[in-house]
Amino acid sequence: MSIRVQHIAKRFGPFVALDDITLDFPTGELVGLLGPSGCGKTTLLRIIAGLESADHGQVFLDEEDASTAHVRDRQVGFVFQHYALFRHMTVFDNVAFGLRVKPRGQRPAESVIRTRVYELLDLVQLAALARRYPTQLSGGQRQRIALARALAVEPRVLLLDEPFGALDAKVRKELRRWLRQLHDALHITSIFVTHDQEEALEVSDRVVLMNQGRVEQVGAPQEVYEQPASPFVYSFLGAVNLFHGRVQDHHLHVGAGRLPVGHNGFPTGAEALGFVRPHELDIETNPAETTGIAARVERVLAFGPTARVELSGVERESSHIYEVELSRERVAALNLTNGQWVRLKPARIRLFAPEPRPAGPMPLPAGSLIGLDGEGI
Amino acid sequence: MGAAVATHWAARARRFEVNAATREPAWVKGSLITIALAFFGLFLLLPLVTVFAEAFRKGWQVYFAALVEPDALSAIALTLLVAAIAVPLNLVFGIAAAWAIAKFDFRGKQLLTTLIDLPFSVSPVIAGLIFVLLFGAQGWFGPWLIEHDVKIIFAVPGLVLATIFVTFPFVARELIPLMEAQGREEEEAAIVLGASGWQTFWRVTLPSIKWGLLYGVILCNARAMGEFGAVSVVSGHIRGRTNTLPLQVEILYNEYNFAAAFAVASLLALLALLTLVVKSLVEWRGRQPLNVGQESQGVSA
Repeated sequence: MSIRVQHIAKRFGPFVALDDITLDFPTGELVGLLGPSGCGKTTLLRIIAGLESADHGQVFLDEEDASTAHVRDRQVGFVFQHYALFRHMTVFDNVAFGLRVKPRGQRPAESVIRTRVYELLDLVQLAALARRYPTQLSGGQRQRIALARALAVEPRVLLLDEPFGALDAKVRKELRRWLRQLHDALHITSIFVTHDQEEALEVSDRVVLMNQGRVEQVGAPQEVYEQPASPFVYSFLGAVNLFHGRVQDHHLHVGAGRLPVGHNGFPTGAEALGFVRPHELDIETNPAETTGIAARVERVLAFGPTARVELSGVERESSHIYEVELSRERVAALNLTNGQWVRLKPARIRLFAPEPRPAGPMPLPAGSLIGLDGEGI
Repeated sequence: MGAAVATHWAARARRFEVNAATREPAWVKGSLITIALAFFGLFLLLPLVTVFAEAFRKGWQVYFAALVEPDALSAIALTLLVAAIAVPLNLVFGIAAAWAIAKFDFRGKQLLTTLIDLPFSVSPVIAGLIFVLLFGAQGWFGPWLIEHDVKIIFAVPGLVLATIFVTFPFVARELIPLMEAQGREEEEAAIVLGASGWQTFWRVTLPSIKWGLLYGVILCNARAMGEFGAVSVVSGHIRGRTNTLPLQVEILYNEYNFAAAFAVASLLALLALLTLVVKSLVEWRGRQPLNVGQESQGVSA
């Protein structure tokens, strides 16, 4: 079943949680709502479920306006971050709850409920724990039970609010894979909220990036990662190096250094922000080289499949740290020493116009920015 | 989890005691313990012992005779009746108030929370006087009540009203922090799963507060049976008609009938002891469900 929200707005006092959100969630897709905490993603999910009411706008479930429908009539499955299992009930009773509270006419017989509950417990691979209480389970097990409980009433859509947020990294990774497999098996339209970009990119069919109550970008994981639509998306999805300078003769001039940016729509002399991912930067040790940005090697972290080099810049803010990701062979060939002066050369750079406000960790919404494709050199 | 934390703290406390670096000198320990024990003995244990010693001073026969005396029996019956009306009503009021305060946001919530505490901060005598001023012969509703031949003051309804007022906060006070700590998520989960409000209350809310509720009811009951001040003002002290146990004790004492006074008092003392036992049982039982799974925690996801 498809979900559509139209012009949804929500305020909490002076705080704008959602600012005119319009989104489509097609049938059968698993969509990740991704954004920093406070960006409104959980509020949007709760509005879809009916647990929160929007100030404006409509929610359509299956092309039917459900904006005023009662929560229990919306037939959604909701999984809470902190599981919200009924602590005084066994695992079995928790999963059976949704079936047992059905109106007398629709309520299945106890034997049918029993069969159904065990089916679900098999699905989440926890049938052996049917008689335990929630406090006797680990976090990962509790969340799987919560999912089984939500699925018991055969919801039309599944909404998951930071489902793995309270779990440790290893369990989270396991459950992520498991959720993806489950979705592939059931094909139920699902939305899951997360602030973990890796999780969103890994699990979802599509990612919706949100910031400060607005949608920044919607797209397939690869698309949003490769083609970020705004500085916010760029810096939110993975590490990024930022170069602040002026555009002149196909170069971005950053202090005394300059970076080739090819053809771009920026007028000569315009201020611009250059975004470069760590793996898109290369290190040049030849002292005769004139392009690139001068930087000093601070640390070489040569563990793992790739090596990372941390460098400090001279330009503008001397405290600025650049991060470069290179293959271990390349690092070995460069033979870098701490304190050595080198030049940084990007293989790919994307330019954005600077925001009216000073650049912070959370830049302004996309509407106020002109995103431009920088071409490779 | 609660029990695990408790044992954890007990273990830590023991370690402080065993470790020479954190142990206090013997004389400090000794004097602190002595002072505490002396205080306990003098102010708590001695009065309790005195009640029973005085009650039995003239022997078993006198003791039982004092208890089966008609006025005493009627006081017992009246006390039970008042408690039987006041406690269930406050149970319902308490749950309703706690439910509203803990699970919903509304204007005037702070005011309501403060009002619930009012009976705790007002002297019981004032509480009694309020009802005399409202329902007494000279009170606001007095003429109307006389006209319709309804007796509230100096009668059982007045006793019940005063008792309800004085014992109002116990259940609500016990439940509000508990319900606030539990949050709304379980109820939200229930509603999303299709449960009606009524089903949510009976199947989710009530079971998770039952031990706290029972605890509040026990305290409420103890106070309802033991209340003196407010009840004294509205009772009129009509022997065999409007005297509850505490009032009966006072009357007997004022008549220098010490043995009988203490015999009746010993009933109240017994009630207090019984309350404490039940209260401890409830506290212990309330922790049980959390105790169960400590050993099997290790199973991973």
